[in-house]
Amino acid sequence: MGFALALEEAGIPTIPVSTHAFARLAKATAKTGGMPTLRNCYVPQPVVGRTPSELRDYIEGMDPIEKRPFMQGVIDGLTQPLSDEDLKGATFEREMPRFLEPDTEDNLHQLFLENHWTDQLPVVLPTEARVEAMLKGTSHAPDKHVGHMRPTAFREAWAFDVEKVAVNAVMAGARPEYLPVILALTASGVSARSSSTTSWAALSIVNGPIRDEIGMNSGIGTLGPYNHANATIGRAYCLASQNVQGGSVPGDTYMGSVGSNWNYTACFAENEERSPWSPFHVDNGFKASDSTVSVFFGGWYTQSGFGPRETWKEKFIRCLTATDHFSPPLIVMDPIVARAFDDMGYSKQSLIEWCAENAKMPARNYWDDQWTTTLVKPHAVAGVEPFASRLRAAPDEMISIFRPEDINIVVIGGETQGAFKMISGRYRGLGPGTMTGGKLPTVRVDDWR
Amino acid sequence: MADKIKVLDPRGYPPKVVGKRLANRPMSLDGKVLYLIDALFDNADVFMEQLRDWFATNMPSVETRIIKPRESWKDDPEMRATVVAQGDVAIMGVGL
Repeated sequence: MGFALALEEAGIPTIPVSTHAFARLAKATAKTGGMPTLRNCYVPQPVVGRTPSELRDYIEGMDPIEKRPFMQGVIDGLTQPLSDEDLKGATFEREMPRFLEPDTEDNLHQLFLENHWTDQLPVVLPTEARVEAMLKGTSHAPDKHVGHMRPTAFREAWAFDVEKVAVNAVMAGARPEYLPVILALTASGVSARSSSTTSWAALSIVNGPIRDEIGMNSGIGTLGPYNHANATIGRAYCLASQNVQGGSVPGDTYMGSVGSNWNYTACFAENEERSPWSPFHVDNGFKASDSTVSVFFGGWYTQSGFGPRETWKEKFIRCLTATDHFSPPLIVMDPIVARAFDDMGYSKQSLIEWCAENAKMPARNYWDDQWTTTLVKPHAVAGVEPFASRLRAAPDEMISIFRPEDINIVVIGGETQGAFKMISGRYRGLGPGTMTGGKLPTVRVDDWR
Repeated sequence: MADKIKVLDPRGYPPKVVGKRLANRPMSLDGKVLYLIDALFDNADVFMEQLRDWFATNMPSVETRIIKPRESWKDDPEMRATVVAQGDVAIMGVGL
């Protein structure tokens, strides 16, 4: 859509073609691009998996949104003279009042629900007193700019300040002492409410002294609903993402086909004290005394296992190759597992390298993947390694599916079981997940105290 | 009657939208260069091939050229410059 808007601006009549499922999104994007009369045309959903003959039928058939022959819309759109509206576009500003109209508690709860400002669970209403109390959790002024966020790359980015984050933190039930962590998460610029059809989520790991200061859990049940800070920090990040970016509304600003349960809350602390290895943030250039949050974009799958037992290599290979390989794994493991690997002589890095070296699949299977084809293949065609070599491989040749830098390990858990999970979670590298302008998606909490 | 309370708006700050006009349209596509921009989504290349074939069959006076950006979802100024310099009209798809 951005291409189409830019080309029209440059004097080239352009027809953007979308599938009918994206009609509302396409029209909204054209409107916020200042070109509400952009001449979109639509074909039925899906295009993926359709044969050339079926796609030809789309072209020769009806536009399911505009209710006219598809090609008539295309030809007319490219040749029909411009109207007054076409010539002026649409200039507008959207004022966001600081306060909503006063109302009863029941009515305000209903308003928040109807406006899609919640995650459908009850929220704490952000009264002025509650927001003021929340703001005491940081030294920063309420109007300090924190950053921008948007549902996906082609949508407009909305700005937000400290107060907006505090409002959403109140709604999530967070305490003031958690606010620096929530501010750091939102300052990452990574939305926990991606609009992608693939149902992304953002998982976050907290490292450093802040974990103990605010009582986060990295022990028994780390990933579960057993800790107030973990639960409400993750929820606040999710609520803030959907609200400061301008929404996460199905059909408009959210297109995830099946959705993700990680979108409720997904924030955890690393069990640094029981890990035999250096903490995650130290591996990425921070001091152990720094408090940080690190964001992983994923949530597509979870593989799990126990051990390591005698056949752990086969088990790991089964798990790694069962992943959706476009979204590499964040491996979380109990300290029992991490220490066992350590005893076997593996450092964290050498285990990561073993995983990258041994996770292989036939080139045919690797490339027969919608997102690898859409987003990785252009790099391969451009000669970027190792993707170019993967593209040159014969269809039956076994190729590595991850680079070492695609895989991360974090130690969590309470040592009641030697458990591990491989969770879809990209920290950096290719793909639409990181979107941090080349920066690592780790933010110092200390900068937001 | 329940008391009314005042709460803060949780939404961020949207940017100002500046209106932009559409490009002038040609009277017809006869003799024009039409760029078919493959947005790189899965199967978009097949769709564009079919579109090119449709024009060859039904409007042979239109010269079609398929072009692809370097990456999906990212601007490609070089590709845009090619379309602007050498094309008259464009169709982009399939996707956003």
